[in-house]
Amino acid sequence: MNAVEFRDVTLTLAGRVVLAAVSLDIADGDFVGVLGPNGAGKSTLMRAVLGLVPPARGTIRVLGRAATRGNPAVGYMPQARGGIPTTRLCGREFVASAVDGHRLGLPLPGRAARAEIDRVLALAGASELAHRPLAEMSGGERQRLLLAQTLIGRPRLLLLDEPLISLDPHHEREVVELVRRLQREIGVAVLFSAHEVNPLLGALDRVLYLGNRQAALGTLDEVITGPVLSRLYGTEIEVVRTRGRIFVMSGDHSVEREAHRHDPAVAEHREMASDA
Amino acid sequence: MLDYDFMRNAFAAAGIVAILAGAVGYFLVLRGQTFAGHALAHVGFTGATGAVLVGIAPLWGLVAMTLAAGIGMGAIGERGLAQRDVAIGLVLALSLGLGLLFLHFYTAYASQATALLFGNILAVDRTTVWVLAALAASSLLLLGVIGRPLLFASLQPELAEAKGVSLSLYSMLFLAIVALATAECAQIVGVLLVFALMVGPAAAAQRLSQTVAAGVVLSSTLAVAEAWAGLAAAYYTDWPTSFWITALSGAAYLLAGAPHALRHRRLAAV
Repeated sequence: MNAVEFRDVTLTLAGRVVLAAVSLDIADGDFVGVLGPNGAGKSTLMRAVLGLVPPARGTIRVLGRAATRGNPAVGYMPQARGGIPTTRLCGREFVASAVDGHRLGLPLPGRAARAEIDRVLALAGASELAHRPLAEMSGGERQRLLLAQTLIGRPRLLLLDEPLISLDPHHEREVVELVRRLQREIGVAVLFSAHEVNPLLGALDRVLYLGNRQAALGTLDEVITGPVLSRLYGTEIEVVRTRGRIFVMSGDHSVEREAHRHDPAVAEHREMASDA
Repeated sequence: MLDYDFMRNAFAAAGIVAILAGAVGYFLVLRGQTFAGHALAHVGFTGATGAVLVGIAPLWGLVAMTLAAGIGMGAIGERGLAQRDVAIGLVLALSLGLGLLFLHFYTAYASQATALLFGNILAVDRTTVWVLAALAASSLLLLGVIGRPLLFASLQPELAEAKGVSLSLYSMLFLAIVALATAECAQIVGVLLVFALMVGPAAAAQRLSQTVAAGVVLSSTLAVAEAWAGLAAAYYTDWPTSFWITALSGAAYLLAGAPHALRHRRLAAV
């Protein structure tokens, strides 16, 4: 059984076609890096798997069943928005809010819920964050806590939307290694979206590259190539590999790094080749 | 001071309202919706003065108007509200303006206006105490029933939505509860000073607690303490009760920040 199946799926966002007639199969237990320029539909694809964005055409199946909202077999880490949380609630309380969070009643966890909270905190190596206020955690620590929370209810598929955003390289590596270890230990499929492929090298089983309303799924060597990416970016792309890192270049510019700056207008005029 | 009937009523009413305001306020501050409490109070003024004009108790006008406005605000949604600050500002000004007009047609103008704007807890009678108790009990019951999904939707809206929690439904239900709490607070401290009971204790409690349960209990406890201490202080000084409650509320909030600030200073010194 596949973790995710798309059959001729067309996704639209506010009237704009994000993905057109895409078919793909993501195997159970795979670590898939989801890449592509800003606006290519990485978040929309995840929201479609969650059942939050119904496809305009085609069908989406998740773990053998039609995609539906609130599927307990899917863990989700939304893209972090806004600034640092100001709440002084502790890490444990934050994770607790997600346990049975959809059910009515007082927000006081029972014995089973408390055991589940302890289990996921330990799995994600976040036990020591349990009694620290959220406002005092670093970006990396918060990501670990959010990751712990995706494991509630023993999901078989994790959707992680840009977990590396605004982390420094050291914490990037820590988060990727943690996800890789979890994926192997508990045998889940992982969709991990990122702006750049480099932090994910060594952890990836497959790459799902989105762009130009299309998608390419395959191993790193099958997808990160000049011809495939030229098609997805709609422009001439060259892939440069140097010292164990990969650079996706359009002319003299690294397009993935450009996307990372969140301001294409600025990045376009910046010389990026020197970084390579 | 408890020999007087009106003082016993005042203490009972203040205690009931403070428990509700503390609990509701905790979630209001957590959700960053304190402005909603302020807006609902303004709108409530129109309802209260309208009720006075047609000869019903102002409390019912308050309840009706704040409930309608709370549900309406929930339906528009938080994002929608944030984009319409000009429209909201105008609606709030219009609410106070309309209230003024209603009072203009009513004869006992000045005392009624002051009572509505700044509260008149010493005028609360036994019947009103029972009405306040019933409204508070039903509001707290509803808050208890929706507590878990409300907390989830407040702390992690995107995740809650993905897990099947309807953000707009809980936003609407919560604002309905806020509306009732606002109407109750207005009885004690008046529509302009609702913040003192609903936001002050809750904000102080959030500075001092790390869990939701502790935060809610602390928030309600602080609110009751401030309301009762305010009443007692007013009794002995003859200054207005609402002044004392706002002063205590502000002082408690500042003091709640002191341990944190001190620790930072000490860290900076090292």
